[in-house]
Amino acid sequence: MISGADRAEGAGRRRAWVRGLARVAPGPSAAAVLLLAGLVFPLVITNETATQIAVVTLLYVAAATAWNLFSGFTGYISLGHAVFFGTGAYTVGIAAQDWHVTGDLEFALLPLAALAAGVVAVPFGLIALRVRRHTFVVVTIAIFFIFQLMAYNLRFTGGSVGIPAPFLTWAPETYNNPFYYLAFALAAGAALLSWLIYHSRFGLQLRAIRDDEDRARGLGVRAMRVKLTAFVISGMITGLVGGLWFFFIAQVLPQYGFDPIFDLTVALMAFLGGFGTLWGPILGALVLEPIQQVMTLRLSNTYASELIWGTLFLLVILFLARGVLPIAGEKITARRARRARRAEGEGPPPGTAPAGPVEAGSAAGPGSASAGGA
Amino acid sequence: MGHQLTRAIIDGVLTGGVYALMAVGLTLIFGVLDIINIAQGILVVLAAYLSYLLSVHLHLDLFVGLLVTTPVMFGLGVLIQVLFMRRLRGRERTSMSLLASYAVMIIIEGILYLSFGPDYVTLNAWYVNQSLHILGFYLPWIYLFGFALAVIMVAVLYVLLYRTKFGRSLRATMQNRTAARLIGIDINRVAAIAFGIGVGVTSVGGVAFGATNAFNPNSGYDLISRLLAIIILGGMGSIGGALAAAIMMGTVESVVDIWSPTWSVVVFYLALVLVLTFRPQGLFGQREARAQ
Repeated sequence: MISGADRAEGAGRRRAWVRGLARVAPGPSAAAVLLLAGLVFPLVITNETATQIAVVTLLYVAAATAWNLFSGFTGYISLGHAVFFGTGAYTVGIAAQDWHVTGDLEFALLPLAALAAGVVAVPFGLIALRVRRHTFVVVTIAIFFIFQLMAYNLRFTGGSVGIPAPFLTWAPETYNNPFYYLAFALAAGAALLSWLIYHSRFGLQLRAIRDDEDRARGLGVRAMRVKLTAFVISGMITGLVGGLWFFFIAQVLPQYGFDPIFDLTVALMAFLGGFGTLWGPILGALVLEPIQQVMTLRLSNTYASELIWGTLFLLVILFLARGVLPIAGEKITARRARRARRAEGEGPPPGTAPAGPVEAGSAAGPGSASAGGA
Repeated sequence: MGHQLTRAIIDGVLTGGVYALMAVGLTLIFGVLDIINIAQGILVVLAAYLSYLLSVHLHLDLFVGLLVTTPVMFGLGVLIQVLFMRRLRGRERTSMSLLASYAVMIIIEGILYLSFGPDYVTLNAWYVNQSLHILGFYLPWIYLFGFALAVIMVAVLYVLLYRTKFGRSLRATMQNRTAARLIGIDINRVAAIAFGIGVGVTSVGGVAFGATNAFNPNSGYDLISRLLAIIILGGMGSIGGALAAAIMMGTVESVVDIWSPTWSVVVFYLALVLVLTFRPQGLFGQREARAQ
């Protein structure tokens, strides 16, 4: 997805490094502030509605980060991640039901959610990852619908009645807090993992596949293995999110366990914040999910909120598809360049304006070096 | 048994024909514009609701109503293309079009829910409830009419694509956008009309679907999952492939339906997965074609 002008640049590799660094630049301090804010949030704000919104938001931070870890890094847009979400939810639900797990013990089942999602991700990935780009997207949608159909039709999923979660005898005023910290740990863990992967050799291979899969293959990247690994990791995190969500909501129905809106929402979050960046999905989820939650709580009419959600989605795809962070970074870089030019009192030096059409969805476009760049 | 099987196959071919028409619309849009229109399913449902309104309030016959709904759906398609899809540019245009049309789908679904509510409705006419008795089979008239209309529409599309000047410029655009533009084809116009045609055929799909199934605004998901499965199985962008895959889906479903109604749909999807494992490009698709 790196544009031609960028690739031709002699110092291209060096600039890519700077870009990579710039993307982490707001990292440590911002991360510390967010972590701290996240940790004290339930101590300061005890309103149940607020903490409930916070829990779901954190779950979406984790889910969007997990989605981005695969789709954003490799460029393979998956609209089938709800498969892992649903698999996670149903796995812990069925396990709790069959083994008569009650009360707090249910949380011990969470690793199963990740495991089951991972097991599902292997054949899913082996089939879907054989095709690329839009065909991949369509195949993930088709596989998603198979799973939704199975959830409706299989006997052990409880059909359209779904599965209830074990009852928790917690005090209502602090009920959300344990969930909050679990979701927080999950979100922070997902973000950390995605940071580690981004800066590892593995992450570099993933991004090489995104930029040019055939060339990456030619350079010795075992594309299938690398893609599949990222797919499975991403799926396992999403499975965990599904499991935790199930305990929080206390039941799973086929249409919410395997929800096409979930697929779309996580993608939207990543695109809004910045597709393929580290902070993008986090920012997107932190902005969008509270809006979504407040909308569902405020508007008694769920259809109206669906309508608004769809419109919002469309606007983001049409106008902000490259993400808020990359666009903001570009604007800042452009302004700095203009100022520098004016200071030198010369004509425009060559190569400052991005050559060629700006690509939609390109997170690594020229000049996406954000705030801390120059 | 043999009788039952024959009956199932006939049913399957008839329903498959209707799906074929909707899928051809979808695959035509993909072939010309590199756009995958996820909203196709909900547009069929929208068309069904339009027919419903016309038949309930104006007492218009469903097939006469097509004279109204087809131009409306065509116009809506052109509008969606001009307003939203045309804005998408760049290498990942197709993937972005998936997301954008998904959003369009959610918007239309919301509008339908707000205007009609979640209750199921069906289209009614004399031919919905009566059947043709022939050679020991009872064939509902609506299936026959729907199939016949689907065949006619596909034939019209064929003539349009292969026998007219517009069709030639459209196919030229399918093969090579840049070259088509160089020889003076107005790409934007061709794209808008192709999208309009692809969406326009949903009017017929809407009548056939609405008369044979109870539907509500949520039915779009079921439809689009089938349509997507059909165009993947047939090979994306292949019109013949879409026809074959749709008939296949109809037949497999109604044959399996003899033994287990709940599993009939799943079997088709499993067949799809199986095909994809060995032929990722679908039955009639070209591997990684159109690398522009």
